[in-house]
Amino acid sequence: MTTQTARPKPVIRLGDRVFARSTLIAGSLILVALAAVAIFLIVEAIPALGADPKELKGSPSSFWTYVGPLAFGTVWAAFLALLIAVPLATGIALFISHYAPRRLAQGLAYVIDLLAAVPSVVFGLWGIKVLAPAVQPVYAWLTDNLGWFPLFAGPVSGTGRTILTVAIVLAVMILPIITAMAREVFLQTPKLHEEAALALGATRWEMVRMAVIPFGRSGLVSASILGLGRALGETMAVAMVLSPSTVISFVLLQSENPNTIASNIALNFPEAHGTGVNVLIATGLILFVITFAVNFIARAIVARRKEFSGAN
Amino acid sequence: MEVPVKFSSVARVSVVAAITALALTSCAANEGSPSSSESASGAPASSLSGELVGVGASSQGTAQTTWAAGFQTANEKVTVNYDPSGSGAGRKAFIAGGAAFAGSDSALSDEELAGTFGTCAADTKAIDIPVYISPIAVIFNVDGVKDLNLDAATLAGIFSGKITQWNDAAITALNPDAKLPDAKINAVHRSDASGTTKNFADYLNQNAPDVWTEKPADDFPFQGGEGAQGTSGVVDAVTNGTNMIGYADASRAGKLGVVKVKVGDKFVGYSAEAAAAVVAESPLVDGRGANDLAIKLDRKTTDASHYPIVLVSYAIACETYKDPAQGTLVKAYLDYITSDAGQKAAAEKAGNAPLSADLSKKVATAVASIK
Repeated sequence: MTTQTARPKPVIRLGDRVFARSTLIAGSLILVALAAVAIFLIVEAIPALGADPKELKGSPSSFWTYVGPLAFGTVWAAFLALLIAVPLATGIALFISHYAPRRLAQGLAYVIDLLAAVPSVVFGLWGIKVLAPAVQPVYAWLTDNLGWFPLFAGPVSGTGRTILTVAIVLAVMILPIITAMAREVFLQTPKLHEEAALALGATRWEMVRMAVIPFGRSGLVSASILGLGRALGETMAVAMVLSPSTVISFVLLQSENPNTIASNIALNFPEAHGTGVNVLIATGLILFVITFAVNFIARAIVARRKEFSGAN
Repeated sequence: MEVPVKFSSVARVSVVAAITALALTSCAANEGSPSSSESASGAPASSLSGELVGVGASSQGTAQTTWAAGFQTANEKVTVNYDPSGSGAGRKAFIAGGAAFAGSDSALSDEELAGTFGTCAADTKAIDIPVYISPIAVIFNVDGVKDLNLDAATLAGIFSGKITQWNDAAITALNPDAKLPDAKINAVHRSDASGTTKNFADYLNQNAPDVWTEKPADDFPFQGGEGAQGTSGVVDAVTNGTNMIGYADASRAGKLGVVKVKVGDKFVGYSAEAAAAVVAESPLVDGRGANDLAIKLDRKTTDASHYPIVLVSYAIACETYKDPAQGTLVKAYLDYITSDAGQKAAAEKAGNAPLSADLSKKVATAVASIK
């Protein structure tokens, strides 16, 4: 009896307490950091919202007309990057998880991870020194022959430093993170599902389509969101590669491209003073909100799709 | 299997040995140089000590780093910190009392001079001293074209997007011998805020006010054209693109074609002498103190020995410092950077145009007046 009444009370050692506390601290630290950033952005942005528009670059009529093209450029560039990166990353991940011989798969996975370690400045340099000159003739051909298509309207950029080049650079940058996550998710597909599909006479492609992709879909969306987050916030590579202008335009191959918020901050902060600094920080706040909204929408999609994913 | 293992371990040992040897020799080389430079300079120990903080234009950044290193070598107890955070930030910090001197691509405005200066003694003003002159080259890269002559109105037309073809009548009229292609002009400007843009725009605005209608500012004012980050970004875009034209610090023009600009009725290429000459022979801004050397650049000069597209950057210092020790330090530092040795050292690293002899004299008088 005595032993039974004593038993329910669990033994808590010092180590348990320390560990529990430290995880709690670690967990709250991230919230504190986020709150600190948000408070900083809001406090510093307030003077800019009522600022005299004359102090803004290109003297727009208000702060909102100033930030509009930037917000558009940010989302447009990230969207294009995602459009290129997601199909490619899915393909690579499937190849590694289901098609490649094991030794090759390991090597390939390692190389893809290595790509994530390249700093964005280096991607920027690669973008202007190698990619832009290489794609410029292609762009010229596209505007000459497919110029009737609105996205490829001329006149073509003479340097190739357009939003499409930026999107390609961004796509290469977000490829590793999407690939790595998608690969892990695809590998988690229950063997029984796969074998069941094969036993029913499915080919390998049909097995992938019926068992692997439905199982991995929500993981793939999460991976894409992580990639999108990086593409939205990418600064250095965009600032170096893009030829910016204050326009809202979907055209891909011209010299006048909408700039992104992060790149605009990087370009103008070094010489900014007075309200100029507040204006830049206010655009940072807008980026913060955009990223938040995008994440929120993506989470909602994942949550809605969960029940149909086959993951349960 | 054994042989390769042994081989690799042997290889590893030899690599380690090679690295160690390299490290040792490089150490030795490092240790050697300071002692030799000390004995070479042989200067008497300086009595100056303390910390000097400057904030300002990034155009002076490279030069200031060179000067700080030179000054600290001569005065071991002094630390010079120059924060290249921009002209506006520099003037603001100086006025608020946060910096001993400011670096600025434009002189103090009349409003700023009317106020008080935190670093200076009560009821004294600050003075502008030109310390850094850099010609701005208009660079181009067009197949088959080696020489290009342009005047201000045509340049303004090209960069504001009003002239769009290389074989435009305005360009061919100035270049009857050149084979200009029937192609679009890709004009590159700075996408970041920059004193280079402001000075280039000032030249165009003064000489062709009806084409270049915007007031000169750090930001490029027009929509069209290609933007690139920093001087190296512009140079890169012009080098790698087709049918390009752009403007950049002359020291970075490299092997690119450089436009000859119409001055009077001649076409003048940039040179350090011509850039220094236009600064030296421009009048000073009216109504300033005797030692305030704010220059009203004569961009409309018609003297063919002048090159009018030039950036002048100032050091802004107090006439009299609140803290005399700071005054002595600033005076000694500015004396060094405007001296022949200082200007030459900067010219080697930053590629600017050293102050001309006339201007040096005025500058020396102004610096000597600092208390």
